[in-house]
Amino acid sequence: MNLIHNRPGASGGDAADGVARLDVDAVNAVGQRELYQKRQQIYPKLVHGRFRLAKWVFLVLALGVYYLLPFVRWDRGPEGPSQAVLVDFPNARFYFFFIELWPQEVYYITGLLILAALALFLVTALFGRVWCGYACPQTVWTDLFIAVERLFEGDRNKRILLDRAPMSFNKAWRKTGKHVVWLAIAAATGGAWILYFHDAFDLLRDFFTGQAALTAYIFFALLTFTTYSLAGTLREQVCTYMCPWPRIQGALTDRESLAVTYRTDRGEPRGRHKKGESWDGRGDCIDCKACVAACPMGIDIRQGPQLECIGCALCIDACDDIMDKVGRPRGLIAYDTDDNIARRKAGEPARWRFVRPRVVLYAVLIAGVCAIMLAGLVSREELGLHADRDRNPNFVVLTDGSVRNAYTLNVQNKARVTRHLSLAVSADPQPGVQLLGARDELVLEIGPDRTRTFQVFLTLPREAALRHSIPVMFTITDPQTGETAFTQDVFVTGAAP
Amino acid sequence: MAEHDKPPVDEISGVETTGHEWDGITELDNPLPRWWLWCFYASIVWAIGYMIFMPALPAPPGFDGHTRGLRNHSERANVAVALADLEARRGPMFAQLQQTVDEGGVVAVLNDGDLLNFTLAAGRSAFGDNCATCHGVGGGGFTGYPNLRDDDWIWGGSFDDIRHTIVAGIRWEEHPETRFSEMPAFGRDQLLSREEINAVTDYVMTLSSLTVSENADLALGAEIYQRECASCHMDDGRGDQSIGAPNLTNNIWLYGGSREQIRHAIHRGPYGVMPAWEQRLPEPVITALAAYVYLLGGGETLQQREAGLAPQMAAETASAG
Repeated sequence: MNLIHNRPGASGGDAADGVARLDVDAVNAVGQRELYQKRQQIYPKLVHGRFRLAKWVFLVLALGVYYLLPFVRWDRGPEGPSQAVLVDFPNARFYFFFIELWPQEVYYITGLLILAALALFLVTALFGRVWCGYACPQTVWTDLFIAVERLFEGDRNKRILLDRAPMSFNKAWRKTGKHVVWLAIAAATGGAWILYFHDAFDLLRDFFTGQAALTAYIFFALLTFTTYSLAGTLREQVCTYMCPWPRIQGALTDRESLAVTYRTDRGEPRGRHKKGESWDGRGDCIDCKACVAACPMGIDIRQGPQLECIGCALCIDACDDIMDKVGRPRGLIAYDTDDNIARRKAGEPARWRFVRPRVVLYAVLIAGVCAIMLAGLVSREELGLHADRDRNPNFVVLTDGSVRNAYTLNVQNKARVTRHLSLAVSADPQPGVQLLGARDELVLEIGPDRTRTFQVFLTLPREAALRHSIPVMFTITDPQTGETAFTQDVFVTGAAP
Repeated sequence: MAEHDKPPVDEISGVETTGHEWDGITELDNPLPRWWLWCFYASIVWAIGYMIFMPALPAPPGFDGHTRGLRNHSERANVAVALADLEARRGPMFAQLQQTVDEGGVVAVLNDGDLLNFTLAAGRSAFGDNCATCHGVGGGGFTGYPNLRDDDWIWGGSFDDIRHTIVAGIRWEEHPETRFSEMPAFGRDQLLSREEINAVTDYVMTLSSLTVSENADLALGAEIYQRECASCHMDDGRGDQSIGAPNLTNNIWLYGGSREQIRHAIHRGPYGVMPAWEQRLPEPVITALAAYVYLLGGGETLQQREAGLAPQMAAETASAG
């Protein structure tokens, strides 16, 4: 079977006038059983068409964003980093343009991940595996690597012949050139990754002068290796054997989800077509196998929905090309639904229903999460206050019989300026307030983009400390901006409850 | 192969199944990719390499411990390195604390927020390791073990007093400069009769305005107090920190403020002991500890320190007083 798949050119004769029948079999066809399956090399054939073009456009956009985003600048004043997107581990900050997140705000990242998952569910329910086919890094980089491969070794037939040929200078330089360019792309991928964790320009300079941190080099090497091996060597093996997504997708689609589909109602019975023959009583599929040859996963879409199919739609382009040549309408392979195939077979018109319960559910969930996150971001305070009352001891009795409680105030200043916050404590009865380290009044000085703790003592005279526990409100105010933050706690008197 | 030996084949996919069936669901017996097998072998090779480079195998009988591996990796050694690293990082802050205290006194620490937070953190850590067993995690104390957060000090609550107490201990005879005083066990040693102890107990209670029985013989109590107690606790009962004689006129009672507890203290003569820490802890840690205890809220002059006393408190105190 390996040999059949790898046979170059049109040794199978003509599928129709002017259309060669490619000798290629699907890699997942049921064949000789082996305990461990030997991998079959796939030589995807270049196609031209709408979906190929769409994939090129997305590839350029996605890789452009990935490689260039670290160099985009964003003004955060003299104190803040000037990189628009930055994960600053040493200082525990995440920057995304106008957004700055502290570690305790990791729920925004959680929200983002939930949003990403729901968006994936929604898109899959509507259009099938478009993520896999167009946007997944594995697909994008593999596409790029295959393009480089074609540049050096030529398209399908030339590559098969080159692999068969004995070693020669021609073969050696083509193979070497391919791997060199692959490595360069992989290195750029690993190189761009680390730029998200440190100022890009500084890191580039340090990286090439050997002064960058060891972790930078380790992650550079790691991502270079994974890009090179996953996109260059492993390719479809990643999608078929390593990725859980193909297994999950079955639960997310239904009979009305779009998917790259061979329209059996129109294609069967398939067979060779001679010029001048009638198309009546037969299907439009001339069994030329152009769809199989074009498939980067090496499968035959005509076998129906399969685990291996990443929905890249290149077989649609390949088939449309053939249909044009034999003078039949395009769309023998197209985005269609299982439901429509069944309806057409039953003589009913096709229908497209995009508003379905699961689609509505996903959309509502996405809107909900978006609203929550937006509300959170909009109402995000640049001032935070938290009080921890000392519980050991719960309270202290002083020589004059008055009762004292101690508190640790944790203040967060998320602004990029030093603040002098005034502290107010309110309770009934009003306790005396002592701030450890205060100069003349209750002022908390806190540097830019910092967290600081303050020790506060509250004291009540014995005759006022009657109730077991008294609610206390701490309020901090920035006199410059009028911002406030408050927190509630209690004062414990030691009186019987 | 006989017919019944052939594995069953799934009709739809044409793939063999494992032959297992659960409620009509069968499992396709798709082959693993061959490279998966190679990964398995590679992991075995990795394991062998790991055993060579890392400590992995118990030593054969007759030898101690385990193989060290070519890397001679040891978590214990890593901890030692990490601790040394920690010491090196803390060193400059401890030095700054020592210098600040030496030059400006402990209140100077209050003027530097970072140094203050370091002092509190370092002090809290050392306190938890060494002091909390007796004085409680937060320094709240227990009966017989002084509360370090209140404003009553037996041997003085200035920074230097606290520091000296930590350095030399209380009644810790191994240290030449230890704090030392001894209250007689008036009852146990039969220095006073039961009636006399009852009378002086009642009298002491009146010193801090505690309610006593109408039958109390306060005249006798006062007489005994002046004869037996006033030399240390002073005529008015305010005590003397220079000799470690507690103040008997306030609300704080180390051994309890009930009549029974006060009577018992007079009967047996308390003899609290605290170890000296000079030989046990490095000097900077003792400084941090003393500063921490001082800053827990009870440090003398801290309460009255002009800068630390907020107007709100001053006003409250005035209105309450």
